[in-house]
Parts: sequence; C-alpha cells; structure tokens
Amino acid sequence: MSEDQSFMLDGRRVPFQDGQTVMTAALAAGIYIPHLCFNPEFAPHGSCRVCLVKVNGRVQAACATPAASGQIVQNETGELREIRRGILQMLFVEGNHVCPACEKSGACQLQAVAYYVGMLAPHYTHFYPRRPVDASHPEAVIDFNRCILCELCVRASRDVDGKNIFAVQGRGIQAHLVVNTTSGKLGATDFSLADKAAQVCPTGAILTKHRGYEIPIGQRLYDRKPISVVGDVATVAESKGGRRHE
Amino acid sequence: MSEPKVKIATCSLAGCFGCHMSLLDLDERLFDLAERVELDRSPLTDIKELSDCDLGLIEGGVCNAENVHVLMEFRARCKILVAIGACALNGGVPAMRNQFDLKDCLEESYLRGIGLVNPQIPNDPEIPLLLDQVHPLHEVVKIDYFLPGCPPSADAIWTFVNQLLSDQPLALPYTQIHYD
Ligand code: SF4
Ligand code: SF4
Ligand code: FES
Repeated sequence: MSEDQSFMLDGRRVPFQDGQTVMTAALAAGIYIPHLCFNPEFAPHGSCRVCLVKVNGRVQAACATPAASGQIVQNETGELREIRRGILQMLFVEGNHVCPACEKSGACQLQAVAYYVGMLAPHYTHFYPRRPVDASHPEAVIDFNRCILCELCVRASRDVDGKNIFAVQGRGIQAHLVVNTTSGKLGATDFSLADKAAQVCPTGAILTKHRGYEIPIGQRLYDRKPISVVGDVATVAESKGGRRHE
Repeated sequence: MSEPKVKIATCSLAGCFGCHMSLLDLDERLFDLAERVELDRSPLTDIKELSDCDLGLIEGGVCNAENVHVLMEFRARCKILVAIGACALNGGVPAMRNQFDLKDCLEESYLRGIGLVNPQIPNDPEIPLLLDQVHPLHEVVKIDYFLPGCPPSADAIWTFVNQLLSDQPLALPYTQIHYD
C-alpha cells in the first residue's frame, strides 16, 4: 500500500487507503457527500442513489465506488444537487411522509438530506400507497409508510444482532419491508430496543414507543444546523437527539 | 408618484388556516407590507370575487369540487401562483384520509361515530362533493413557487415575499426551510 494514494474531490486532494470507497475516504477527510442507505458501520448497499457523484465524468454512487488514484470526483455541483433533489422527491412521493404528524420530524435523516439539497416541494405526483402501521411490539412501532427500503435495519438485524428480523420482499415498485414471522408482526419477534436494528433507521419508520415529540421544535437534531455539520442520526447519541445508544 | 401596489389574493382550501395565522404573525411588518401590496380576495378582506392579481397565495390541498374550482380560478387570474404550507405541497394531514376509501371515511364519521343522533351522510346540494382523494395543488394546476412548512414561519413568509417582490433570486436560509 502506498502512502500517497489520493484522488481529487471538488478540487481538494483526498487521501485514501486500500479498501476505501469514495464515500469512506471523503468522510475520513471531513467532506460530506449526501447519503441515506450508507452507514460507515455496514457494507455498502447502493440502493438509495442519493450519494451520486461524478467520477471522471461518469455518474456513480460514491458509497459503492472504490477509491482509486487519480480519480477526479465532483460532489457539490448544481447538476448533482438537482439529480439528488429529484431522487429525494421520488422517495417522498413513493411513501407517505406527513412530517407534521411524524415523531421523527426534526431528527429525520431523509428530511435533513432533503433540506440539504434544497428540496422545497415533492414536485412529482404522489402515490399515496396504502401501507400498514405495526404497533404489535410493546416497545417499538413500525410505520411502513415512512420506509425508504435502505435495508439498514435488515443489515443490522442480520449482521450485528444475529436475529434476521427484517427483509425486503418483492421487486421494483412492489418491493416492501417485511418482518420475518408467520404473522408478519414485530410483536412476534425477539426484537429489542437494545438491538442495533433499533438504532439505524434514517427515517421515522422504526420508532421507540412512549417517547414521541420529546424535544421541542427549534432544539431538534437538524433544526439549527444542516446534516453536513451535525452528522447522521445513527451516529449521534440518543442524549443528543440521535439514535445511537451510549 | 408612488409605485402601483402589488395585488395579492390569498385563500385556504383543504387547510386549517394555520398558514394565514402565520401570515398575521408578521406583526408590525404587516404595516410595511401594506405599503407595498393591496389585498384582493382573501379571508382577511372578505372580498368574494377574485379579480386579476399579481400574486396568489394558496394554503391547503384540494379535497372537494369547490377547491378545484377556486384553484382553477386563482390560476386563471393570478400571474404568479404560490403553494404555501405542507397541505398545499403534499396534501398534508388531510391527505391521511387517502389511506381509506371515501365511503369508509364518511361512514365512520357520520354513521358509526360515537354519540350520533339520527346518523346520516350529509348530501345537501350546497355542500361541495368530496374528491375520492386529497391532492396537493401542483397535481391540479401549474404552481410557480412552493413554500414549505406547517405552517411556514412568519420569517420564512417574510423572506419569501420580500425576495419575490424585489425580483431577487429566492433563497431561504437553512432555519427557514422545514416541513413541519
Ligand atoms: S420519516 Fe422523515 S420525511 Fe418521513 S414523515 Fe417522518 S420526518 Fe417526514
Ligand atoms: S425501516 Fe428504516 S432502516 Fe429499515 S429499510 Fe425502512 S427506512 Fe431503512
Ligand atoms: S448512500 Fe450510496 S446509494 Fe445510498
């Protein structure tokens, strides 16, 4: 491994080590690339496409592109901002995101990334899908209306908790999150709030019961500073308004 | 001679008037605004007939036939049409009824509701017919600008209106963009 491997990101030299992606190298250098399905603790998933950057002129997912010497990477350009905004808008109309009625509002990564890319409105025609809410578990609730299929809960439950509670079923527009039990109910699993899977959801799809709207508007995680400064909800401690257990 | 005043119309469709309350939250800035604008049809003036306007501000989504009618009239008469607030942008809380069939919503409210006397579904011809789903404004007419928030804060409205009236590029500071 050579010591001086690097690529250029928006005119800045970014060093990297073997095995790093454009995303992880940028993160280590303190550069924010918007993302939703990426979490540094897990193998890349490449599903949300929010992290699109231009690598040597070609649009690629930063979280799934291995860093290589001499790459010219563009991140903060008007064109990419517009593509990302379009992706965010599609994520919003595909589900049911009533932020004023969502306990995660203000500390939601989906919302924060949408603010970051300057999304003012969803632009597209809303699907208004009919999806259930599962409140069968004594401590947690799943609102499938807010799931963006990032599979972070799937990965966390399978790879860290060893419980394999979640899965994505179906293809294309039919794809949806399921709970791996005969009844399909979370209450029938051994899911626990101590699980890693309870700490990684970037949206308000997985929520802890009995703790709604605890932090006043104006003091929530992303109320005053953008996600590029604050960091991901999964990396911020619960006591600071994030999801990570201390 | 002073400049002619900008003519503004406002209305609330399937909203809660929260966005209009936020407009009133401009407080003393309303005096400044009144120097520059003239209100046409608006719940604040009680003028019923809309005339040709420079700017139309609409709160709320579209949930019934009358909403559609009013929205089309605003589009026809306003040079610039702005969707204000969560409901106008994505249907908001009223659109949560889209999870259910309209028939079930009506029956739940008017036939099965607790403590109802003489339960019946209202069908007076004066009452606008409900649409089967609630929709945001941009799914019905072209919208020129969007201002998110539930409601947008008075500060956000102030920034927006000032930038628009002075032909500046629209750019809200981070703390003034929120969806709730
Ligand atoms: S999950 Fe996030 S984007 Fe969706 S309704 Fe909740 S706060 Fe809004
Ligand atoms: S529930 Fe949350 S973590 Fe799981 S796939 Fe949906 S959005 Fe991702
Ligand atoms: S963060 Fe890279 S595709 Fe989701």
